[in-house]
Amino acid sequence: MPRSYLKSALAAGVVTGLMSLGAATSAQAEDLTLCWAAWDPANALVALSKDFEAKSGHKMSFEFVPWPNFADRMLNELNSGGKLCDLMIGDSQWIGGAAENGQYVKLNDFFDKEGIKMSDFIPATVTGYSEWPKGTPNYWALPAFGDVVGWSYRKDWFSRPELQAEFKQKYGHDLAVPKTFEELKHIAEFFQGRVIDGKTVYGAAIYTERGSEGITMGAMDVLYSYGFEYQNPDKPYELDGYVNSDKSVKGLEFYKELYNCCAPPGSSDAYMSENIDAYKSGQVALQMNFAFTWPGINADPNVGGDKSGYFPNPAGPDGKQFAQLGGQGISVVAVSEKQDAALEYIKWFAQPDVQAKWWQLGGYSALRAVVEDPGFAKSQPYAQTFLDSMAIVKDFWAEPSYASLLQASQKRFHNYVIAGQGTAKEALDGLVDDWKTIFEDEGKY
Amino acid sequence: MLDSSADRAVGETSPVVSKRSQGLSDRAIAWLFVAPSIFLLLAVNIFPLIWTVRLSFTNFRVNRPNAEVQFVGLKNYISVLTDGDIWQTMQATAHFLIWTIVLQVLIGFALAYLINKKFRGNDLWTTVIVLPMMLSPAVVGNFWTFLYQPQIGLFNYAVGYLTGTDPSAFSMIGDVSLAPWAIVIVDTWMWTPFVMLICLAGLRSIPSSIYEAAECDRASKWRQFWTITIPMVLPFLMLAVLFRGIENFKMFDLVVQLTGGGPGSITELTSINLKREAFEKWRTGYASAYAVILFVTVFGLASIYVKALNKVKQR
Repeated sequence: MPRSYLKSALAAGVVTGLMSLGAATSAQAEDLTLCWAAWDPANALVALSKDFEAKSGHKMSFEFVPWPNFADRMLNELNSGGKLCDLMIGDSQWIGGAAENGQYVKLNDFFDKEGIKMSDFIPATVTGYSEWPKGTPNYWALPAFGDVVGWSYRKDWFSRPELQAEFKQKYGHDLAVPKTFEELKHIAEFFQGRVIDGKTVYGAAIYTERGSEGITMGAMDVLYSYGFEYQNPDKPYELDGYVNSDKSVKGLEFYKELYNCCAPPGSSDAYMSENIDAYKSGQVALQMNFAFTWPGINADPNVGGDKSGYFPNPAGPDGKQFAQLGGQGISVVAVSEKQDAALEYIKWFAQPDVQAKWWQLGGYSALRAVVEDPGFAKSQPYAQTFLDSMAIVKDFWAEPSYASLLQASQKRFHNYVIAGQGTAKEALDGLVDDWKTIFEDEGKY
Repeated sequence: MLDSSADRAVGETSPVVSKRSQGLSDRAIAWLFVAPSIFLLLAVNIFPLIWTVRLSFTNFRVNRPNAEVQFVGLKNYISVLTDGDIWQTMQATAHFLIWTIVLQVLIGFALAYLINKKFRGNDLWTTVIVLPMMLSPAVVGNFWTFLYQPQIGLFNYAVGYLTGTDPSAFSMIGDVSLAPWAIVIVDTWMWTPFVMLICLAGLRSIPSSIYEAAECDRASKWRQFWTITIPMVLPFLMLAVLFRGIENFKMFDLVVQLTGGGPGSITELTSINLKREAFEKWRTGYASAYAVILFVTVFGLASIYVKALNKVKQR
């Protein structure tokens, strides 16, 4: 073979080799997009994901949407078959629709193959974020962020002797973390309109938002503990006498009383961010909010550290104690062309050391190895409250028609609690009618 | 219609351009120019409209891609027209529409009348007055929520200062009786300048010789106003009413930012309600029927109004 031919052949071989190497590399290194809400934990996830990028060679991009528009934006994306997101940290209530409409990848085989066990996660988060149908071992997400509604309060105000004495004289019990909703209302009433350090303060910042899910998430916290049930436990989709039971009526009446007596002026459309603002600006003694807000409160220069404390939802009149589940699972979007890389991310995310770091960065891990660690409860001032709250959770419907069910409750609750139209009984009877109509359309009867 | 547009385009083509070029006829060249616009119009307006009408007769839900789509006849239309909640949103829309138009026409005309008088700083004041309409409705909605804030809002403070009431004692966007007026006030603040500009154009189009002749006939200012100014400005006023009417019938962003349709459903206008049906409840077929009904209503009312406007102009 002439030398020039040999050189050409060698060069061609090197070039071909380099090209195939390049092709192999580009096939492995993907640019993954993860979609979630725009909030503090999302920033923590960006920081956490840098480790994944370093280890896997994949590049992570993020699409974060503010909470009021999160469901609109992301459900549009899923329904239209959009390919923006490879990974979706979707709200817990989406799981039914996403599973039945083939929008999420079923993860059972993947979990089996990789040795990821759902029994390693907090049971409530598995049921809430991963399972569809509920109570069956069909998994569509890995629990990613445990969250629950609870309360933060001004510990520094509670500890003032003159306020303690006045409160005790007025209500006959201590100014302390409330054990029942009735006690919580006493505290809120006590602080409403009170002047503290030269500033007028108010009782409690509660959820009242109309547009997305706010007032439902708030009112349900009280309703659950008063005895509200979504349906007959023995006969699914039988609503009469459960949704609109006398106990439910009392619960809704209580929520309206709490709004009327003790919310700051102008809080007729308040949700997570409005309540954070009210609390951090020193306007309120009590704040209802999801647990994700607690790290930010703890670090706040005005109300953080020893000035604030945290407690789970108090009990209702019969001693029942429940809290509204928040949080989300992480899923692989079915239309994604990068499913292997997306699954690789979930595998990485499920590792105990990654989950431990997730908690350190401000993300609420749902992995039992993290939350059941002996040091966990004392690792942050709010950690024990998080554990206590996660033990009493209930969630809204996760049916495929959840959006219609949610809009109905938003409207009925806001009309009664904020606009003052009709009675609690009428609101809940109307809600039963609305939900029955929706389930009839779904062929549930 | 399309043929006549194309023919007109051909007729208006200059002699130089109208020479045949590379075998294309003048008509073909004209179509070549018009075709992209027609294609865009068909793709962006006509096709979605036809598709919406088609969907309105089905039970289609966009979030159920696997479900069978069934023809349901007029069921969606009957459901919309017999839904009490929708009539409530219609009432809320009517309240908003009527009061914003009345206030904007009255104040806009008054401002135009004042601005039309020659005085020092006339141009500066005109610029200052038209500033609100240059802002984004979403931004306006957002910052008025702060102005209406009972504890720190300037609006509440001003009302409190003028009336002696406690500013935190009332909430413009949280009170059932005040919220419908809260959105009327903001829309009036934002869009009165637009009506003013149209009225100003009308006032400035009136020849001064008419007023001079009236002066010669010793007509009083009051009589000049009612027999010259108003009749001659009326077509402009009617045009402003038409623009604002159509705009406010589909009002969405400003009200969503201000009240989100609340408290309860007191300020839930039809456009907000329609959006909830279509993109929150995902009742696509039902929402399509709803949209078609609204379209026919606006189109019908606007057509009648335009005929009346033409009659006024011909007088």
